[in-house]
Amino acid sequence: MTAPTQELGHGRTEGPAPAVRLDAVSKVYGRGATSLLALDQVSLSAAQGEFVCLLGASGCGKSTMLNLVAGLDRPTAGTIETGGKQIAMMFQEPALFPWLTVTGNIELALRKLDRKQRKERAAELLDVVHLGGFAKKRPHELSGGMRQRVSLARALAQEADVLLMDEPFGALDAMTRDLLHDELERIWRERNLAILFVTHNVREAVRLGDRVVLLSSRPGTVIEDYPVKLERPRRTESADVAGLAGEITVRLKEEVSRHAQVSKPAHEKEAGNVG
Amino acid sequence: MSVDAPDKLNAQIAGLDALEIQVKAKRNIPAAIWGRLWPMLLAISIVLAIWEAVVLAGFWPEYVFAGPVTALGELGNRLGEGEFWHAVATTMRRAVSGFLLAILVGVVIGGAVSRVKLLRAAFGSLITGLQTMPSIAWFPLAILLFGLTENAITFVVVLGAAPSIANGLITGVDYTPPILLRAGHVLGLRGISLYRHLILPASLPSFLAGLKQGWAFAWRSLMAGEILVIIANQPSLGEQLHYARELADSARLLATMIIILLIGIVVDVLFGAADNALRRRWGLDQRIG
Repeated sequence: MTAPTQELGHGRTEGPAPAVRLDAVSKVYGRGATSLLALDQVSLSAAQGEFVCLLGASGCGKSTMLNLVAGLDRPTAGTIETGGKQIAMMFQEPALFPWLTVTGNIELALRKLDRKQRKERAAELLDVVHLGGFAKKRPHELSGGMRQRVSLARALAQEADVLLMDEPFGALDAMTRDLLHDELERIWRERNLAILFVTHNVREAVRLGDRVVLLSSRPGTVIEDYPVKLERPRRTESADVAGLAGEITVRLKEEVSRHAQVSKPAHEKEAGNVG
Repeated sequence: MSVDAPDKLNAQIAGLDALEIQVKAKRNIPAAIWGRLWPMLLAISIVLAIWEAVVLAGFWPEYVFAGPVTALGELGNRLGEGEFWHAVATTMRRAVSGFLLAILVGVVIGGAVSRVKLLRAAFGSLITGLQTMPSIAWFPLAILLFGLTENAITFVVVLGAAPSIANGLITGVDYTPPILLRAGHVLGLRGISLYRHLILPASLPSFLAGLKQGWAFAWRSLMAGEILVIIANQPSLGEQLHYARELADSARLLATMIIILLIGIVVDVLFGAADNALRRRWGLDQRIG
């Protein structure tokens, strides 16, 4: 791993304890001849209040990494420390429960509160994502971007310190995505969240991240850790963002073309999309 | 590059939301009812016409195969008879109580099998096998066990309906979308709360389909049972069919059959309405075009 993160003051050795720390984490799927090494000795950390974008082509194990942090899967080797912090996760799909209203979906994350507090809290959170008027709607009555905001509100309802986001805006149109970037940035700042944000969109990563961590594919390893020191708020279409994104894209393309030269055993090609 | 002010951002988001919300066309309810009704009326007229044509062809004498006018006239007369309503009440009581018992048995078995791997390995295919077993094949055993009593009928009704209901529940649990399970895990749903908040509601459509199929089996088993197991001084629809045949009263026989058909249709419509309501709530009713 390269050093530049330390320039940000979120160093892994000095400074505050990280909100999430992965230490030499490996993940192997399957066994024997058909096994697939999805992650190889990945070490990575994010401080509280830090926005880290994980960037890579297919098969870099970026989603695997989030699943491990969320406890949806177990690492084969290595350790993941979250210091007892509350962790919330957003997926590429909104993953809302269709039998509940928008409010009901959010209240599900507020089960610990009593009924009245739940109602109030859900209403507040809907205002945070600008959906105050849609409390009684059902998920299918909303657009994709609105559902994703409900999903964000549900994640926020968990009072998490760490928010894991697995290509949450990947399926949205450019304009909606742009607005949600602004929204997310505002919420991230207000709540001092640590965010691990997986994407394959380089500009999105540069637009949002304090750091952009570039991963190699098959197996997934950290190949570069770019600090993004551009002033916020940023614009996806700005020259600064485009400049750094261009630089990272070159590196990403190098990594991708490396795979064209290496002839892989058939089973590894078959073994699926872990990215 | 300047960034838009917060209120401008709000306006943009609100504008986009307003544009993206689907505008629903208002439904014209009388037209919708008529649209569903006329094909049915057409179908009924065609059936009646064919029926009348067969009667007029004269293959059978009137007392063996009555025409629609005689049969419907008999049906009208019967609606005024106390005995007829008594028979309908007995049959419906048996149907409902048998079906409720089948739901109880089906849910307990389905719940256990979907939850415990060993039980599934042991009984999973047996339940599906039971579903294919014609319920009338159970009657000889039921009569041996319970005699010519209502218990024999209930026994077979439950055996007919419970496997479908159990299977509906098992399928629903199996097909809970993995993405929802992942979301549930992240939201901290475990054990009982996982079932209550996620798996049971998610399996509702499939469970409802199982109930509907279970009802169809229960109704068939019940009719078979009522024809076979005749209890003295206990008129029922099946028993009426039986005696109408013995007395060669064809109009009465056909009138009773029409009632059985009608009850079946009414219950099917109720299940259909429940299914539609569920689909509307879940947003599964969006048709193309």
